[in-house]
Formats: sequence, structure tokens, C-alpha cells
Amino acid sequence: MRETMIKLALTACAYLSILTTFGIVLVLLFETIGFFRKESIVEFLTSTRWSPTTGSFGILPLVYGTLTATIIAVIVALPLGLLAAIYLSEYASRGLRRWLKPALEILAGIPTVVYGYFALTFITPFLRSHLFPDIGSFNALSAGLIMGVMIIPTVASVSEDAIFAVPQSLREGAYALGATKRETATKIVVPAALSGIVAAVILGISRAIGETMIVTIAMGAQPIWGGSPLEGMQAMTAYIVQVVGGETPRGSVQYQSIFAVGSALFVMTLTLNLISYWFVRRFREVY
Amino acid sequence: MGDVQPSPGDPEENRDPVDSEKKTREGNPTMRPVPETQNQDSKSAREDLGGMGMSVSDLNAYYGSFKAVTDVSMEIQANKVTALIGPSGCGKSTYIRCLNRMHEVISGAYAQGRVTLGEQDIYAKDADPVIIRRRVGMVFQKPNPFSKSIYDNVAWGAKINGFRGNMDELVERSLRQAALWDEVKDRLKESGFGLSGGQQQRLCIARTLAVEPEVILMDEPASALDPVSTQKIEDTMDDLKKSYTVVIVTHNMQQAARISDYTGFFYIENQGDPGQLWEFDETEKMFSNPERKETEDYVTGRFG
Repeated sequence: MRETMIKLALTACAYLSILTTFGIVLVLLFETIGFFRKESIVEFLTSTRWSPTTGSFGILPLVYGTLTATIIAVIVALPLGLLAAIYLSEYASRGLRRWLKPALEILAGIPTVVYGYFALTFITPFLRSHLFPDIGSFNALSAGLIMGVMIIPTVASVSEDAIFAVPQSLREGAYALGATKRETATKIVVPAALSGIVAAVILGISRAIGETMIVTIAMGAQPIWGGSPLEGMQAMTAYIVQVVGGETPRGSVQYQSIFAVGSALFVMTLTLNLISYWFVRRFREVY
Repeated sequence: MGDVQPSPGDPEENRDPVDSEKKTREGNPTMRPVPETQNQDSKSAREDLGGMGMSVSDLNAYYGSFKAVTDVSMEIQANKVTALIGPSGCGKSTYIRCLNRMHEVISGAYAQGRVTLGEQDIYAKDADPVIIRRRVGMVFQKPNPFSKSIYDNVAWGAKINGFRGNMDELVERSLRQAALWDEVKDRLKESGFGLSGGQQQRLCIARTLAVEPEVILMDEPASALDPVSTQKIEDTMDDLKKSYTVVIVTHNMQQAARISDYTGFFYIENQGDPGQLWEFDETEKMFSNPERKETEDYVTGRFG
């Protein structure tokens, strides 16, 4: 009897999370359909003008803002995260690794709002006084850079797990051929861990795409198609924040547009996760 | 390498294509005599080149504070097969890993003593383990092919060592020497993981041969293999020792008797003691008329 109760409780918990996800997707879908009853889906996907107050709903400027910041973030996080992972797994002593890895993961615990203010009040002024005098107060560059720092722990930690999991026998095989440590790490170990590394990077990209506070605070709210990274832009998530925090009446087209944008975000991250899943399965080495 | 006369495995020499390396080797007075081979027109360009002998004195191997092998002295003859036998856990694998400085790769492990490869003291302060391992290759107990194509598995070691000759030729020759060519020649671009265990192990042998070391260490290379693959690996031995010195750890007494010229018997007298080289002699003597009782008991299968 007791056993049955416990099993029931556990089952309920498992299904609750699935049902919640399912419910959220349903609401998203429902409201999105409502939006597309009023607005053209073709225009939504192809127009480069986003001006909800005048009834122009072309999502590309928002996608442009999100992707610009994300690409900058990946340019920062991919090399730093991967090199950090190689160092931690292949070069750091066991004791050092035991300290460094959790320390790195603490970076992931910093609230993103703090990162956002850091970008706005430190990175942007720094860039202005040292590199780009013309940079806007809100700009994609500082948001992207700090977002890169934000996803370094994800990229480094997950890649490190993959690299560390490469069997020692493979390293020994390389050493026995007269390979140096560097040759072994870069040409044998990293390729063997490639599927895990790609998964780590995609996970980082997903986080960057979904990231809200940094882009809201540091990148601004101007939905501009094709702007320079030194200018302000609006990310998809930042638009949603703007509408939710504003005085847009429920049920209006503008209110419904956030669900359409949310759906687009959802599709983007889902696609990335599917690619990552496929890649891991396709390229995983079985030792 | 210090002021030692340039020896065949000197890094600079190793980076030369086969032809010039061959010249250096033949003209090197410190080399052991190169064995005469009857068929000069044979398949291997390097077949007329000798292996290098090794000399081990008072070698001790440790894992942290635990001493695993004690006071081993052994002359490993060039171009001969030396088999190491003995019960499990008596230090054979640890010992063989000391011969190309692979032992120290394990965290906390180190070795003391003197091991020379030709003129080179491989534990000298200025000896670079990377260069030692180029000269003394190793095949492991469990096949460990790289996550690369069959071709690249073989070519990689040669490539990082600066091989500039005809790579296709080297790959084919190495795979032939390892008795694997016929089975893989049509799928060289496929992953090495797609091969069977026995094929993977022969791929690892081919990969070691492609670097053209002077000594090849084999740590129970056939322990996880089926009899047919084992047979194929054994068959390559006679060919291999024309060009290389071979040291092989094996649990299989018949295998040791069949393929080796010299046999070393490792033994632990009391539980918890480090392993030691109990007896070392020509294989024929070891298997017919050993000096010590424990050796006889072991080779006749009374224990172990």
C-alpha cells in the first residue's frame, strides 16, 4: 500500500513537468494562432520592418538582434570555453581541476541581470573610451561580449566532461607513437570528444538565444534590420519584456504578437536541440 | 641527447624521409650489426634495417609509495623476440611500460634505474620521453584505435613525426606487415572503430610499425583476441624481428615458446612484495631446463 502510494506520487511528479511543458506549448500555440488570424504569417516571416504601434509585424529585425548578439557571444565563448576545457581536462593537475571546475561553474550562477548592468555600465563605456568612440549607449557588441562570458561555463563544463570521458587508452596510444601532449590533446582527444563539444556549444547557443536580461538592459529596444553591432538593437526576448512590462492591453494584436515571437524563439531553440541530439547520436564514438 | 653521437632515432634523423634515415643508420658505428636478409628485393624498404637492443639494470617501478617491480636487470637482444611471462599482477605490464617511459604517464607513477636504448639512457635527465617513444613503440592489451579512418590511424603517427615520403606506400606496407591489408584495402576511408577486435589490434600494430621504431613493446596484444587473429599476429612476429626488436608480455605459455627467442619469468615470492625477474634465459632453456623450481612449475602449468 505504502509502496503504491510512493510510486503514484513519483509518477505524478514525472507527469506534472511533462504536462506543464505541454500546457505552455499549447498556450503559446493557441495565442499564436490568434495572432496569425489577424496578421499575415508571410509578412511576419519575411518583412524587415517591426513596428507594432503602426501594425508592421516583420520579425526579421528582432531575429537579427538576437542572432547578432548570439554570434558575438559564440565568437567569445567557443575558443575560450574549449581551451579552458582542454586545459582543465588535459593539463591541470587533479587537485587544481577539483577547484577550478566548480569555480568556473559559479560563473553560471551569477544572475544575468548583473551581467546586464555590467555590460551597460562597464563594458560599453570601456569600449567607447578605448576602441569605438561612436558606440551607442545601447549596443549589440557589449551585450554579445558579456553573453559570451555568461555561456563560457556551459561550453567549458560540458566540453570538459566530454574530453575527460575520452578513454586514457586513446591518449596512451598517441603517446606511444611519439606524440607530444599538445598533439595528443588537439589531434586525438578533442576529435574523439567532438560530439560532446558540439553539444556543449549548441547548448550555449540555446542559452544565448533565450537570454533576456542582458539584451534587454544592454542592447536596447530599437528593432533595426541590418544595423551595426555598435548600434542598439532589439532582441526577440527584449521585445517580449517590453510588451509585458508596458501597458499593452490584453487581447490586442500587439499583445498577441509576443506569443508569435515566443513561438519563433521556441522553434529556434528546439531546432538547435534537435540538431545537437542528432549530432551526438550520429558522431558519438563507442569505446 | 646531449653530446651523444647522433643515433638513428635522433629527432632530426627521425624527421628525415626513410631513405636518408636508412643511410644514417647503416653508416652509424654505434649501431649493432645489421642482420643480413636474403631477399633484398622484399616488400619492406626498411626490412634490412636492424632493431636496437636495450639494456636494463636495477630497474624499480613505483605507483606512488607502492613498489610494483624491483631490481630488474635484463639484456634485450636486438632483432630478437623477448617474451615476458609470469602470473597475473607480478609486474610484467608495469615493467614493459618502463621501457618506453609510458609508466610515468599514470599519475603518481615513476621508475628508477638505468635503461639504455643503444647508447641512449632513456631515463637520463635530458632524455625526452616523446623521442624515446618514437624509438620504442608500444601495442597495448586492449585495441585502442583513434577515432579516425583506417588510413589516418596508420598515417597519423608517421605524419606527426615528420614523415615526408610516400604516405600511401607507407600505409600499405605497414598494413601488410600487420597482416591486415587484404581485409581493409577496399575501405581505408572507413572508421577504425568499424573493425573487429582482432582487426583493430592489427591496425594498432600497423600504426606502430608506420612510425618505424627500433623496438616494439607488446603488452599482451592477443589477450582479448580470437584464435585466428592471435595466429595472424603471431605469424607476423618472424617477419617483424627482421626489422625490429620485439618485447612481448604474454599469459600464453605456448605463445611464448612458439614465438620468442628469449624469455623472462616474473614472479612474486610473497604476497605484497614487488614483482621481480625470477629467471631470464633463452626460451629453449627456459622451457626445457630452467634453473629455478618456480620457473619450471610455471612453464609446466603447475600454477599460474
